[in-house]
Formats: sequence, structure tokens, C-alpha cells
Amino acid sequence: MDTIKTAELDHDFIKEISEEPGAEKITLCFNCTGCTAGCPMADLEAQYNIRKILRMASLGMKDEVLNNPYLWYCTTCYKCQERCPQGVQNVDALLKIRTIAVKNGIMLPKHRAVAKLVIEYGHAVPINDDAKEKRKKLGLEEMPYTVQRFPESLDEVHKLVEITKFGELTTE
Amino acid sequence: MPKLSFFLGCIMPNRYPGIEIATKKTLEKLGVELVELPGASCCPAPGVFRSFDKATWLSIAARNVVLSEELGYDLLTVCNGCFGSLVDANNILKEDEAEREATNKILKQIGHEFKGTIRVRHIIEFLHSEVGADKIKEAVVKPVDLKVAVHYGCHLIKPSKERHLGSVENPRFFDELVEAVGAESIEYEDKLACCGAGGGARTAVLDTALQMAEAKVQHAIAAGADCFVDACPFCHLQLDVGQTEIAKKFGREYNLPVLHYSQLLGLSMGYTPEEMGIDMNYITNDEFMKKIGGDK
Repeated sequence: MDTIKTAELDHDFIKEISEEPGAEKITLCFNCTGCTAGCPMADLEAQYNIRKILRMASLGMKDEVLNNPYLWYCTTCYKCQERCPQGVQNVDALLKIRTIAVKNGIMLPKHRAVAKLVIEYGHAVPINDDAKEKRKKLGLEEMPYTVQRFPESLDEVHKLVEITKFGELTTE
Repeated sequence: MPKLSFFLGCIMPNRYPGIEIATKKTLEKLGVELVELPGASCCPAPGVFRSFDKATWLSIAARNVVLSEELGYDLLTVCNGCFGSLVDANNILKEDEAEREATNKILKQIGHEFKGTIRVRHIIEFLHSEVGADKIKEAVVKPVDLKVAVHYGCHLIKPSKERHLGSVENPRFFDELVEAVGAESIEYEDKLACCGAGGGARTAVLDTALQMAEAKVQHAIAAGADCFVDACPFCHLQLDVGQTEIAKKFGREYNLPVLHYSQLLGLSMGYTPEEMGIDMNYITNDEFMKKIGGDK
């Protein structure tokens, strides 16, 4: 393993992570590894190690953490967060780190596509012909009474994501 | 009669409308009135949108909660993901003044304001605490003789600091509702395990996410389950569509049926599997359909 050089650490990274209430608790970790021992994703992908990611984050290894492809493996099952003896909010911290990655332009193309669906249709999973057919057969209205049926409601969502600049943030 | 707004979300109305009709019909029979919540959007999905940008996640979720506030009713969801987003957002906005102010500044520009006047409810915890297993038992006309692998899913009970629904390692409330309709809730290995879909993992790393689902299916079958019963259309999709993907990608076929609790409840109230849309799942299992009295 390479030596960690303190001069290359970003000490502001933990401050940025700590903007999320509770996320600062990652510095309380004493490496008991209970989080990873119970992690269902680590059972399948040993390379995915939330303890290591959060440890590296609290040390200030910003680039390594943000570019770690395993950052996106967590299913947010919250098992680790519930079990942590130190009360570390692992998942909340990981989600905050992901938002910092996105802010730095690091995002999977497939996730960009999901973001685009909500920006366009107000739904991550919009209606399709098959669903319309099924709805009719069940005696439901073909179009559910959600944002996809009311243009003025969709306008509200469009305006909202425009205000938060979500489109710019998630488009390459 | 308790009255709630019915938040549809994405996957239920747009992929599994059987769950929607089952929820409407069964709650009506239990004396719970659902009103429409016109114009609601994606919750938005907590694992992905909260991973992308918190302000966007929070303000879209807030808008959905506010639409129900404006109607004056608590909001009901039948999805763990929507529950995760909407409960967490509602709690953050009620408790964190700075977040509320910032979000209201955004909402004001589309003519809304978050006031913090309602609760967000999930059908399972709502039925358990507000209706009760005894009342459900009274509504059963056709006890369901099935061995059920109950799948709680993660975000129904976790994070517990936002849910307060008791034990996250060994919860019982969902099992009690399943047993109330005459079914047997069986024990199976890693019962509380995640389906693998959440957090954007199904989108990011499908094959790995499917391995997680496959382990659940194998454990349920090994314990003798006739079907899964879940509390979330996204877990439902992962376990149902997931089995078709597992068959295609890994060459292993299981065809273990997947029901949402509302559909199981509907069967016990005398509705046919077709009326509850159970035949609209992506996997097919004729033997099971025959067992629950289906046409085919």
C-alpha cells in the first residue's frame, strides 16, 4: 500500500462533509469494523468497504474517496448505521460524500439518466403503454392523477429544479 | 372514518397498478378513506436524489408533503422508498429551522409554503397502529392459506431515529398483519436483508444488486415459502423483474411469486387474484395462481 502523505490531505473535506448534521461523527469511528462485517454489499463485493471510505474521508483523502467507484455500491440499507456502537451516521455521511462527488462532476452516466427523467417528467419511472393497458384492465384511470397528468403541476417541478440548478448539476 | 391523501409515487401507478387498486379497495373495506393527491411527483427516490443534491431532493419532497398539507390530510404511501423520502423530509423541515427557511424560499417561488401540519404514514405501520390486526381479522372472508416470506425492506423501519417503529433487528408488526389474514409468516435466513435495489445500486451495479435479490429468493424457497409479501413497489420490482433478469443473466429460474401486502389483504377479503393484479407480475407461476384461485 502506498504511503499516505499528510501534505496531500485535504483538511477542509471533513468540514464540507460536516455540513450534513450528524455526518461529522465519522471522526468518532474506532475501527471496530462492525459496519462492514454486517454489510450485505461487502458480502458480495469485498472491495466495497464503507468503514474504509469513511475513514479515508475523515483523514482528508478527498480525491481518492470521490473517485472511488465503490462509493456508489451502498444500497442505503442502514444496517451499519443502526449497529454502530459510536453512533456514527455512516449512510448519512456517505450520501453527503456522494453529493460532493456530484458537485465535482463525478457521476455515473446511468444516474445522470435517472436525474434527467425526473427533470423532464417529474417521475423517475414515468408511465408507459403497458402500464396504461394494465390500469385500464384493472378499472383504474389510464393516467394516474400525478404530475404527468397536469401540465401546471409539471411546470412547478420544472421551475423547482431550475431554481436549484439541478439540471446543470447533473448534465455533463 | 380516518381520511388520508393517497401518494402514488412512480413504480406503483406506472408499473404495478395492481398494488394501487388493491390499496384502494382494501382500505375502503376497512373504513379508511383515501383522497386523491393531484399533481404529486416522484418522492423523489431517497437513495439517488439525496445522493445527487440535497436541496433538490428536499424541495421536491417538500412540495409533495405540502400538497397534502394544503388538502388538510395526513399522507399515505405504500412504498418504503417514498416513505423514506417523505418522512425524512417532513422531519427535517419540522425540526431544522434553517432548512425550513431555505426550502420555503424555494417553494414560495412556485406558490407553496411548508407549514409542518401533517404526518407521513406508511400503509403497514398505519394498518398496524391505527386499524389493528383484530379489525383486519374481522374483515377476512377467505383466509389465505399460504406460507409467506415477509420482506420488510429497509426504509420501512430504518433509519430508526426517524421511524420509531421498534426493533430493527427483529420487528414483528408486519408479520402480525400477515398472520391476521390467515397466512403463515415463515422464518427464513437473513429475513431482514435488503433486496439490493436501493441507494441507486440497481441502476449503478445491476448484476451485484441482483445477486442480493437472488440470495433472498433462495433463502425464501429453502424455507418453504409459497411467495414473498412486501411493503414496497421498488422491492417488489427488484424481486419480481429481478427474477426474470436473474434467469436471463445467470441462467437460474425460480419464479417465486411476489405480492404486496395490499394484494394479500385483498385476497383475504374475497377479491380474485386478477382483480388485485397479481397476474400482472413479470414472473409467471401457474401453480401458485391455481392455489390462490386464479383463472390460469
